[in-house]
Amino acid sequence: MSITIKDVQHVANLARLELSDGEQQQFMEQLNAILKYAEKLNELNTDDVQPTSHVLPIVNVMREDVKKESLPLEKVLLNAPDEEDGQIRVPAVLE
Amino acid sequence: MALFELSLQEVHNKLAGKEVSVQELAKESYKVIAETDDAIKAFITLNEEGALNRAAELDKQLRQGGERGLLFGLPAGIKDNIVTEGLTTTCASQFLSNYNPIYSATAARKLEQAGAVTIGKLNMDEFAMGGSNENSSFYPTRNPWNTDYVPGGSSGGSAASVAAGQVYFALGSDTGGSIRQPAAYCGIVGLKPTYGLVSRFGLVAFASSLDQIGPLTKNVEDSAYVLQAIAGYDASDSTSANVDIPDYTSALTGDVKGLRIGVPKEYLGAGIDPRVKEAVLEALAVYESLGATWEEISLPHTEYAIAAYYLLASSEASSNLARFDGVRYGVRADNPDNLIDLYRKSRSQGFGPEVKRRIMLGTYALSSGYYDAYYLKAQKVRTLIKGDFDQAFQKYDLIIGPTAPTPAFRIGEQVGDPLTMYLNDICTIPVSLAGVPAISVPCGMADGLPIGLQIIGKAFDETTVLRAAHAFEANTAHHKLRPQL
Amino acid sequence: MTVAQKYETVIGLEVHVELHTNSKIFCGCSTAFGAPPNTHTCPVCLGHPGVLPVLNRQAVEYAMKAAMALNCTIADVSKFDRKNYFYPDSPKAYQISQYDQPIGENGWIDIEVNGETKRIGITRLHLEEDAGKLTHVDGGYASLVDFNRVGTPLVEIVSEPDLRTPEEAKAYLEKLRAIMLYCDVSDVKMEEGSLRCDANISLRPYGQEKFGTRAELKNMNSFRSVQRGLEYEQVRQAEILDDGGEVVQETRRYDDAAGKSFSMRGKEEAHDYRYFPDPDLVRLNISQEWKEAVRATIPELPDARKKRYVDTFGLSSYDAEVITASKKLADLFQESLSYTKDAKAAANWVMGDLLAYLNAGGLELDDVKLTGQGLGEMIGLLENGTISGKIAKTVFKAMLETGKLPGAIVEEQGLVQISDEGALLGIVDEVIGRNPQSVEDFRAGKDKAIGFLVGQIMKETKGKANPALVNKLLMERLK
Repeated sequence: MSITIKDVQHVANLARLELSDGEQQQFMEQLNAILKYAEKLNELNTDDVQPTSHVLPIVNVMREDVKKESLPLEKVLLNAPDEEDGQIRVPAVLE
Repeated sequence: MALFELSLQEVHNKLAGKEVSVQELAKESYKVIAETDDAIKAFITLNEEGALNRAAELDKQLRQGGERGLLFGLPAGIKDNIVTEGLTTTCASQFLSNYNPIYSATAARKLEQAGAVTIGKLNMDEFAMGGSNENSSFYPTRNPWNTDYVPGGSSGGSAASVAAGQVYFALGSDTGGSIRQPAAYCGIVGLKPTYGLVSRFGLVAFASSLDQIGPLTKNVEDSAYVLQAIAGYDASDSTSANVDIPDYTSALTGDVKGLRIGVPKEYLGAGIDPRVKEAVLEALAVYESLGATWEEISLPHTEYAIAAYYLLASSEASSNLARFDGVRYGVRADNPDNLIDLYRKSRSQGFGPEVKRRIMLGTYALSSGYYDAYYLKAQKVRTLIKGDFDQAFQKYDLIIGPTAPTPAFRIGEQVGDPLTMYLNDICTIPVSLAGVPAISVPCGMADGLPIGLQIIGKAFDETTVLRAAHAFEANTAHHKLRPQL
Repeated sequence: MTVAQKYETVIGLEVHVELHTNSKIFCGCSTAFGAPPNTHTCPVCLGHPGVLPVLNRQAVEYAMKAAMALNCTIADVSKFDRKNYFYPDSPKAYQISQYDQPIGENGWIDIEVNGETKRIGITRLHLEEDAGKLTHVDGGYASLVDFNRVGTPLVEIVSEPDLRTPEEAKAYLEKLRAIMLYCDVSDVKMEEGSLRCDANISLRPYGQEKFGTRAELKNMNSFRSVQRGLEYEQVRQAEILDDGGEVVQETRRYDDAAGKSFSMRGKEEAHDYRYFPDPDLVRLNISQEWKEAVRATIPELPDARKKRYVDTFGLSSYDAEVITASKKLADLFQESLSYTKDAKAAANWVMGDLLAYLNAGGLELDDVKLTGQGLGEMIGLLENGTISGKIAKTVFKAMLETGKLPGAIVEEQGLVQISDEGALLGIVDEVIGRNPQSVEDFRAGKDKAIGFLVGQIMKETKGKANPALVNKLLMERLK
C-alpha cells in the first residue's frame, strides 16, 4: 500500500487541514516511510489475539444521574473568538 | 541557587523553622528564571503576580501554625498541557496561544491543595508530540548541560527547569517516554506512573490510552512526595484506577536485597550508544553489590512497539485534536470564506508540522478500509507487547535498562527525519504500551551529557520502583551533578 | 396503475429518541428543554481541552429498558466509539456513539394497519450523545451555536426495511412513541425534538428481490410530515423509474410547507466517520442480574394492555388500540375501572366525549383535568339513576374543566335527577296545560309532538327530570 497525493488530499480534507503543494509532497513521502515501517507489524500473526484498547481491566464506570451546576455564561464565552447574544458565532454552515 | 539544591524535606524544614518564607522561595525561583531562562527557554508563561500573591497567602497560613505537608509553599512548574484555570495554557501551540482555561486539571488542583506554588507553565513539544522540544511552536527549550543540545521531550521544559534549579519540581506528561526521556537527557528523576494512577482530567489529550501525568524532580525521594500528592482515584476520569495509594516515601528503605531484575537484551542491542550500555551495566553492578540479582531476558515484541505506538497514538491524536477547530476557543483564522475554510485555515495556521503529520497519519490509519490493517492490528500487537511484560513480571520484580539509547542530541540534528526521531523512544514506548510504571534516574555522563537508567515495575507497584531507584541513588552520586549555567 | 400497484415500496426508519435523564450523558449539566442559550454547559460538554466523559448510569438503564421493550437482545458487552466529523454543533468534533457493540439488537414491534397486525424488525438500538443547536442569522451568512442540548442522551433506533407503506411508517412511529412513553424513558415530543426521524425509502417492481436504490429523507417534523414526505418520495421515485431513469442514492430534505423533498447532494460530502473505541470510556459488562433488575422496571406495554382490554373487558380491538396508544389515556381508563365495573361504558366515554373534546380543542390529555376516578364515579351515578345521560354530559364537561369529582359537581350545581313521581306530575300537568296545540297534534297521531313536550318538561326542570319517568307520566296523562 502506497499513499498518493490524492490520498494525502483526501486525508487532509477529512482532518480539515489545508496543505500547500510542498506540504502535500512532504507528507506523502513521510507517511509512506512511516507506513512502510509499520508493515513490520504484518510479520506477526495476530489472528487469535484480542485487541487492547485499555491496559487496565476496568469496566462499568458510571456516575449517578445527578445534576451539577453549569458554568456562568461569561466563562462559557471567555475564549469565544466571536459571539452574539450569548452564543458562539460562526460563518454559515453550507446548506 | 543554593536554595534549590535542597531536597523537599530540607526546604520544608526551613519553612517550618521560619528560616525562609514562601514568598522568598517564590522570589528566588523567579530570580533564577531571570538568570537562566534566556539560555534554556524552559517557560512559556510565568505566573509571577499570581504566585507571589499566593505565596503571601500561604505565609499567612504558615504563621497561623499547624502541620503543613511536604509540598507546602514550594515553587513548582507545570507542563503547559495541564490546564490551570485563569493561567494561559498553550500546549506550546500557536492554536492555543490565547487560551485561558475555565477549569483546572485534577493534578494541578491536587498540587494546589498540597500548598505548592505554581511558578509558571513549562515549554514542551507542541501537544506533547515530539522528543526534543524542537516542536514547540514558540521556541525550543535547550538542555541546561549544553545549550546546543535538546533537553528531550516532550516534557523538555519541565526537565530543563528542574535541572536548572528554577523550581523544586515539575509536572510533566508521558505518552511514549515524554517524562522519562527528558529526565534522562537533563540528568534528573522522571517518573511515569502506572496508567490510571494519576487522573488525566485536565491533561490535554494526545493519546488517551497512553497519557499519564508524573513528577520530574531532582531526586527519588522528591519524586515519591510529588507522586503522593497527585496520585489517586478521580471520579472525573473513567480510566482512573480505584486503588489504595500506599505511603510511597515509607517504602524508601534502601533495601533491595533479593530483588530479581530482568534486563531486556532488546534494550541493549543494536543502536544503543556503548557509553549508555556501559552506564547501565555499571548500575546493574551496583544493584548486585546491594544484594539484588539480575539476568538478561527477552521482551520479544519490542521491535514492533514503535510502529504500533505511532499508529495508536496518532490515531487517537487525530480525534483528540479535532476539537481545535476555531469555533469555541483558540485562534480563529481571519476572514474565512466559509465554515470549512475556517476549520482548514485555523487548524493549518495553528498547528506545526509534527502535529499535522501525526494527525494525517492517524486520520489515514482510521479511515475507511484501513482500520483493520493499522489501528486494530496495532491494538493486537499492543496485547502481545503487554504480554511480554506480564510474562517477565512473573519471574522478575523489576525490569531495568536504559531510558534512551543515546544521550541528548544536537538541536536540529534530527529535524526533518521523523522516523529516526521516533526510534529514540525504543526503550520507553513498550513500557507505555504495557501501561506499567517506570522511572528514569541519572546513572552516568557521556561528554558532559547525562545518561538515564530506566527502572520498570509491575502495574501499581510504584513502591518497588521507587525503592530500587532510591537505593541506587543512595549508593551513587550521579544525581548530585548539576549543570553549570 | 397507481404507484402502489406497480412498485413495492421499501421503508426503513432511523429514529432518535432523547432520554429524559436529569443530567447529560457524560457530565452533570441539566437536560431541561428551553433554557437560555449556553446556560446548561460546562467544560466537559463544551469540549474544552483536557476534559473527560463519565457515563450516566440512568442513561444506560433507560437505553436498556427501551431496548428490552422493543424486544431486543441486550448485549453482554457493550462499548462506546467515537464518530469523527467536523460540525459547529459538535464541540469535540466527534460524537460519542456506539458502533459495533450497541446496547440492543434484533428486536421487533407489532403494528396494526387496516385491521392487520404486522411485525417490524428492529435492527439495533444504541446510545449516543446529542449535538447542539444552530440558528441561522444575517440572512443565512452566519450561524449561532447553542450548546445546551449537547450531551443529552439519545437512543438511535434503526428498523429493518420491513415497512411497505407510508401509513405503516406512521403506525410504526406511533407504536414506538407509545412504547417509549409506557417505559417512561422519554417525553418523545417531536415538536421539541425529543423524537426525530429519518427515513430510507426505495421502490422495486413486485417480485424483485433486490432492493431498489434508496434515498434518505430528513427534516420531517411530525408524524404526518413523515407520512406525507414518504408519499411524495414514493411518487417522485416512481416517476423516475417509469421514465426508465435511475434513482440517485442521496440524502433529501423534506419541506413540509412546500410538500416536496429537495436533494442535499453536493452540499454534503461523502462521510468517513473513522469510528474507533473511545479510549476515555471503559467497557460495559451487562450482567444477567443487571438486565433482570432493569427488566423489572418495565410496565405492561401497549400490546399486552390492549390484549387484556379485549379479552377481559370485551372492548373492540379498535377501541383497545386507540385507548392503549397513549399511556396516559390507558392509565385514566384503567383508573376509572376502580370505580365502576362497566368497562364498556368507560371506554365509550373515553372514545366519544373525551377524544371529541380533545380533538375539537387541539388539546392533549394533560390539558384537561378529568381523572379516572371522576369518570368511574360518574358512570356509577348514571347507573343508579342519580343523574341522567344528559346531565352526565354537563358533569363530564365540568370534570374536564375543573377536575372536581362528579358527586361534588352534581351537588354544587343541583343536578340530581328528579325521579319523584309526585314532584314531576305537577310539572307534566302544567306543561300539558300550557301547550294544548301539541297535545292535539299528538292525539292526531303526530308522535313527534311528544318530543316537544318532553323538551319543555326538561327545560322546566333544568334537565334534571328523569327522562324515562317523564315519558311514562306523559303517556299516562295523554292516553
